[in-house]
Amino acid sequence: MATDLRKKVAIIGAAETDTVGVIPNLTQLGLHAQAARNAIRDCGIDKSQIDGLACAGESVVAVADYLDIQPSYVDGTSIGGSSFMIHVAHAVAALEAGYCNYVLITHGESGRSRVGRGGFGGGGATIPGQFESPYGTSGPPNTFTVPIVAHMKKYGTTEEQIASVSVATRAWAAKNPRAMMRDPITVEDVLNSRLIAWPIHLLECCLVTDGGGALILTTADRARDFPKPPVYILGTGEGAENVMISSMHDFTESLSFRKSAERAFRLAGIERKDVDHLQLYDAFAHTPMYGLEALGFVKPGESGPWFAEGHSAPGGDLPINTNGGGLSYTHTGMYGMFALQESVRQLRGEAAAQLPNVKVSIAHGPAGFFAGAGTVIMTNQA
Amino acid sequence: MTAPRGKPLPQPTPETAPYWEGCKQHELRLQFCNECRQFFFYPRIFCPKCLSDNVEWRAVSGKGTLLTYVLSARPAPGFENEVPYAIAIVKLDEGPHLMTNIVNAEMKPEALPAGMPVEVVFEDVNENISIPKFQPAGAGRSG
Repeated sequence: MATDLRKKVAIIGAAETDTVGVIPNLTQLGLHAQAARNAIRDCGIDKSQIDGLACAGESVVAVADYLDIQPSYVDGTSIGGSSFMIHVAHAVAALEAGYCNYVLITHGESGRSRVGRGGFGGGGATIPGQFESPYGTSGPPNTFTVPIVAHMKKYGTTEEQIASVSVATRAWAAKNPRAMMRDPITVEDVLNSRLIAWPIHLLECCLVTDGGGALILTTADRARDFPKPPVYILGTGEGAENVMISSMHDFTESLSFRKSAERAFRLAGIERKDVDHLQLYDAFAHTPMYGLEALGFVKPGESGPWFAEGHSAPGGDLPINTNGGGLSYTHTGMYGMFALQESVRQLRGEAAAQLPNVKVSIAHGPAGFFAGAGTVIMTNQA
Repeated sequence: MTAPRGKPLPQPTPETAPYWEGCKQHELRLQFCNECRQFFFYPRIFCPKCLSDNVEWRAVSGKGTLLTYVLSARPAPGFENEVPYAIAIVKLDEGPHLMTNIVNAEMKPEALPAGMPVEVVFEDVNENISIPKFQPAGAGRSG
């Protein structure tokens, strides 16, 4: 039965930009920010209390970063002029579900002066266009990868340990007839493959493929009427932090990963030891390392030795990326759908490399390099 | 230094113009919040910590340390003659960190240890735009 959401949520602050009309001295992002500050002052809330963010027309990550807010609920629904009504609708459900406590919804548009228009990464007047593109960032291989040397410096993480992520993932792919790359590889093979952006080699970069996936969800009571065993959502998380890789707060960890993981475990009400299987989005070999640490399965800095010891590989105690991952199975660009699909297959008992007794699986990954994150904890136990 | 053609260039906005004007004069300038007593970067219309308007532009030392980087073996448009090149994050002595390229150094991991002290040098791209880059401290060359 549907939850009665009537009168459960209210608007407590509302404001516009200082002026409206012609504003040639503010960028579009600045208009979002000024409106946000005015709404914050309208209700007297402390900015640190805001843990939900929604906007349209600009990347929600760009607004989060500009305001230095790391929300655990983000809504970037952007389907046109009434996206904000939809943001309100989603916020009602999110607040009532406990995803967050305070949602900030922003709008800003330099429709007349057209100052600093452009979304994520587009154009020389945007924040990334001014402060990253001039330095030769040409895509994920030499941008997403930038943080890893800080991890190596702080924790002594080695190139061999990073390479071991690719080796373990390939071992799973070898069991999956649908995987693009199935021949077993060694750490030596990885380190001898072509350098793409030191310390990252070709075999530490995801594939570039075509493909797709889809999911259908309904209420648990309705789900029982369908032929396949239901995969129940135990908890979800989301996060947003940095509009550029260079505006990460700490290059040894992802705050958006952490926010996302914390909310997912809080809502799921489970412990790490209850988890049987992980799908950690692997755009590069370093990405699952940051994921494993943010999810709390190891302490910060311990992921390198952990992967090198084979815990995630076939026969290990916490199987990860059993489809072969973005590194060896498939990676279309927005791989997260494939991470979810493998979690569902494992929980239904229909994976190519099926694990015994999987009851809880997590799919977790980044969005826009380390800019944002999403986490879903699933179970087959009613 | 002179940049080859074809590199993506920043387009200053009203919010970032003082930063790029400083670069043009070979001076690194950051915003300082008079309430928080902290520098912040990238440029914004108010302090991202306390939301105060009471911020001002100040010249900074241009000195910092190398936090992290990659040596890109594949060029972005305009970087064809520079591979491998270091896409790096430098933490300024004043606190904020920013992306840059490391120049006037050997592009080898052994020559670029994380934690290495670096200093700013400006690359004049055209009469309006100069890009701040960093070289090992005391490398002795300037833009």
